[in-house]
Amino acid sequence: MSLDTWIAIFVSTVVAATPLIYAALGELVTEKAGVLNLGVEGMMLVGAVVGFIVGVNSGSLVLGYLAAMLAGVLMSLVFGVLTITLQANQVATGLALTLFGAGLSAFVGRSYAGQPIDGADALHIPLLSDLPVVGALLFQFNALVYGSIALFFAVQWFLSRSHAGLRLRAIGEAPSVSHAIGHPVQKTRYRAVMFGGACSGIAGAYLSTALTPMWVEGMSSGRGWIALALVVFATWKPLRVLLGAYLFGGVTVLQLYAQGFGLTVPSEFLSMLPYAATIVVLVIICRDPKTILLNQPASLGKGFHPDA
Amino acid sequence: MRLRLEKRAAPSAAMRWAAPLMATLLMLVTGMLILVLLGKAPGDAFRVFFIKPLASVYGIGELLLKTTPLLLCGLGLAIGFRSNVWNIGAEGQLTIGGICGAGVALAFGDTESSWLLPAMLIAGVIGGMLWAAIPALLRTRFNTSEILVSLMLVYIAQLLLGYLVHGPWRDPDGYNFPQSRLFNDWELLPLLWDGVRTNIAFLIALLLAALSWLFTAKTYAGYRMQVAGLAPAAAAYAGFSERRNIWLALLISGATAGLAGIAEVAGPIGQLQPQVSPGYGFAAIIVAFVGRLHPLGILLGSLLMSLLYLGGEQAQIELALPSAITGLFQGLLLFFLLAADLLVNFRITGSAR
Amino acid sequence: MTDSFPPTTSAATPGSAPRLALRGISKRYPSVVANDAVDLTVQPGEIHALMGENGAGKSTLMKIVYGVTRPDAGTIHWQGEPVTIDSPAKARALGIGMVFQHFSLFETLTVAENIALALDHRAAPSTLDARINEVSERYGLPVDPKRLVHSMSVGERQRVEIVRCLLQAPQLLIMDEPTSVLTPQAVQTLFGTLRRLASEGVSILYISHKLDEIRQLCDTATVLRGGRLAGTATPRLEDDAGLARLMIGSELSPCQLPPKQPGEIMLELTNLNLPSSDPFGTHLQRVDLRVRRGEIVGIAGVSGNGQKELMAALSGECLSPDVGAVRIGGQPVGRLGPAARRRLGLGFVPEERLGRGAVPAMSLSDNALLTGAATAPAMLRHGLVSRRAARDFATGVIAAFNVKCGGESSIASSLSGGNLQKFIVGREVRLDPQVMVAAQPTWGVDVGASQMIRQALIELRNRDVAVLVVSEELDELFAICDRLVVIAQGRLSPSRTPAQTSVEEIGSWMSGGFIAAADAKQEVRDAAAA
Repeated sequence: MSLDTWIAIFVSTVVAATPLIYAALGELVTEKAGVLNLGVEGMMLVGAVVGFIVGVNSGSLVLGYLAAMLAGVLMSLVFGVLTITLQANQVATGLALTLFGAGLSAFVGRSYAGQPIDGADALHIPLLSDLPVVGALLFQFNALVYGSIALFFAVQWFLSRSHAGLRLRAIGEAPSVSHAIGHPVQKTRYRAVMFGGACSGIAGAYLSTALTPMWVEGMSSGRGWIALALVVFATWKPLRVLLGAYLFGGVTVLQLYAQGFGLTVPSEFLSMLPYAATIVVLVIICRDPKTILLNQPASLGKGFHPDA
Repeated sequence: MRLRLEKRAAPSAAMRWAAPLMATLLMLVTGMLILVLLGKAPGDAFRVFFIKPLASVYGIGELLLKTTPLLLCGLGLAIGFRSNVWNIGAEGQLTIGGICGAGVALAFGDTESSWLLPAMLIAGVIGGMLWAAIPALLRTRFNTSEILVSLMLVYIAQLLLGYLVHGPWRDPDGYNFPQSRLFNDWELLPLLWDGVRTNIAFLIALLLAALSWLFTAKTYAGYRMQVAGLAPAAAAYAGFSERRNIWLALLISGATAGLAGIAEVAGPIGQLQPQVSPGYGFAAIIVAFVGRLHPLGILLGSLLMSLLYLGGEQAQIELALPSAITGLFQGLLLFFLLAADLLVNFRITGSAR
Repeated sequence: MTDSFPPTTSAATPGSAPRLALRGISKRYPSVVANDAVDLTVQPGEIHALMGENGAGKSTLMKIVYGVTRPDAGTIHWQGEPVTIDSPAKARALGIGMVFQHFSLFETLTVAENIALALDHRAAPSTLDARINEVSERYGLPVDPKRLVHSMSVGERQRVEIVRCLLQAPQLLIMDEPTSVLTPQAVQTLFGTLRRLASEGVSILYISHKLDEIRQLCDTATVLRGGRLAGTATPRLEDDAGLARLMIGSELSPCQLPPKQPGEIMLELTNLNLPSSDPFGTHLQRVDLRVRRGEIVGIAGVSGNGQKELMAALSGECLSPDVGAVRIGGQPVGRLGPAARRRLGLGFVPEERLGRGAVPAMSLSDNALLTGAATAPAMLRHGLVSRRAARDFATGVIAAFNVKCGGESSIASSLSGGNLQKFIVGREVRLDPQVMVAAQPTWGVDVGASQMIRQALIELRNRDVAVLVVSEELDELFAICDRLVVIAQGRLSPSRTPAQTSVEEIGSWMSGGFIAAADAKQEVRDAAAA
């Protein structure tokens, strides 16, 4: 295959991985605070539809992204109120959020299905974008792709270097201890959940404005769940989330280039690959229970009530 | 004066059952509010959504028809949820159940035979169980979350179904539509009475509801699973095998979902199509919760959920609303239930401060 | 003031306002009144005991002072000024530090990170390490700032907590049952540190139910009983009986252990080696133990030295690779699970009551099924459970052990700790075991229930059952055991009768004092075998 094909594969891998990076980093921070939000898929769908609608109607993608983030935050707040304030089961509430998000997005997006939108353009960085090979490889993405890398560095710094990050991790380990020494457990968890919501929202908007610039019902097709699996796969470490996302991006685009490799497998089987890969990867990471015990935030999925 | 949550000394039994009713009521109110905001007259909307579908014998038949898969899946899922086994892939197990049952029909159905239909049902059940056995195996052997695995398997099952109806099982005389041949009469579940589409699967589902009550309330296995769900450490202390619980929970829910799948394919659909369920497997999760994981509650919950499906269809026809409104209502119902559940364990008190 | 060390002079001048004064503090929970109009006054430089038995409301009162819990009524005065303490940060800002009974440390973080988390003024890591070292040297509390907490013993963890408090230069230090995790020798070291702090003007509020410690250490004592103020006393002027009367309203009657010849071996561990399934756990190594019919064997030790792992290996929750390493009634059971061991006559009272010994959300009669269904044939027929038999059984336990509850249909979580423990012990006793293992049977239980539970274990022994008790309370073990062994670092010491040994010997064994000798003996044996 030609160099151009390899460049195209690389570029589409990065493009396909970007929504996973956003969603998984957001969920990573949420889980580090001890909250398991299984509603990523639902928040992504709502982000996708809101980002699309606002983008189409305002003509500004930036507004669309802001609206998508806001929508994700609102969705996550529903989750937060139920699980953090009202003490509902996190697993059940997360599932509810996904089901609700699927219904809500399909409902609001009905009249927008199939409409076109001017998708996110590749940035043109003077000089860099024009470099041979390297320019095409690294400097011709849209802004959200660079944003995802920036987000990675920000999350990495926050969790490992900042005092606030240390407090957040401590709450994820032992909320009752944090409470006893006077840290605001509920407030921090709310913030972490909202951050996850904003990230999922933008991940969704990326799908409907950049990856495939249109709105289709249920268009996230499991990416929210794959993002959840990625966090486990990454053993709750940001760098491994990033690498894992690119791995999955690669698996996703494989089907596009399969024929180029001379594969004649039916397309449905190629489409199964990301899902099958998710299962395989989970098995590899989880087969030693100690890996999970040592890395998973100890209070993950468990509610905390200061008076209980 | 500010409101405070105070933990009850013991969970309130009355609230356990009042919460689903409150949730239903809140969903109705919110739903009407949404419809009014969309410019629909509230009386009209209510009539179209909740009265019209039940105004005829045919309508009642449709209600019971859609209740069947919800009830089947909900019963199985509830047994798992009681023991903290989160099979959320009933939709996939349902799909595989449909595929396996249809496979039997397509392979042997050309000549009439009385064992064919039972064989299709059994194949559907086995298919659902096999699909559910994957997360069971991975969870017990490799400690892998059954939530994520069972969900991934939904997508894989649907793609497999897509492959079959587009490829090897496509009806050669079907003008290239992606669907199998139509089933023969002897491959279809008998109807309960003339003029409705409700079939014998509804009776099977009712029978299974009774059996599931027996299982959870009377058997030692049911007791063990409940302990595992309420207090895993107590189950370990008593020596209840976690492995056995997981297998049992997933196999049971896989079996009922598989049965629901073949009952759809060999019932109202009558052939294999790219989609065999409008999300019954997911809606059944809500049914199980709203029904408090209790067979009687699940029956009522699946009737309600079925009505939401019918109402959504009706609203699409008469009010020009997207049928996705059903999904919206389902989500709202579950949210309200989860919120109302707070009152089971907590009391809201006002304290002057 | 954050950088200075505790003030050494002026605060202690006589006639100045008390450091802390509580007036009419009340706190109600749905099922219990934890504090009812409690008064308490602590002077500068005073070591003040807050006494009371389990459930008397000591911990609630201290949480109120530290701002973790808010009182329903009452006032708090600090240095003579009325204050509202609505958060631990506020308490720390005032100069109140607290060392919790269940440590408030994050296992997966380092000592320095743990300390940084509790400091209200952010400190650069480099200067923080230096300050930690300074305080730990000054008060003889060695800690390494870089170590991860999960790798530390409980005694070391307590030092981290104390250092963390001292870095804030507190004027009042609250210690909640600090000696329950220490060997007798370490208790004396701690007392030295506390006396030194007091001499520098720091007030100490010392929460305990151990009378001899209070008499040794404290200047004044405030006694709580059933959430109310029972009185104040000067411990040095009182004897045990007087203090106990104040604390529980009656005198303690000692347990009677009639002399008895032990019978055949019923429970036997032979060279049991078992790695812990918990990544932060303790591995069991070369554990040998024999318990005979008609004797009570006690296992002493500081928590976290392998007790949890040993209990799991005995109950069958953790299987042993060597089938013969565990024997019940002579039968090898290393590969059998808990239910099978129970059918061979094992009764088991776990340390954790709610959630392990009983299902919190289930009724007492359903909780009777938890272990009853495997052993009592009436409760299980052809795979179906008999709720009627379970009800009858639960009713019997409630009557025989005087369990205070609303009947056999009460939810387990609605019972007080003592009553639930009586129910669990009663259930295991009435299932007619041949071997009874009890982990911390009286931990956190009121005196009346403790007495009853100890008596039930002694009666089992008198009925020729083999009894094994794990406890962190040395007094308890010396009172009810025929033989004592010590667990330390996953190893088991040789056994001693209470008459043969002393608190000092057991104390030194608790910090591993027997291990070198045991290893030497083993080497001799290995050499002889080779």
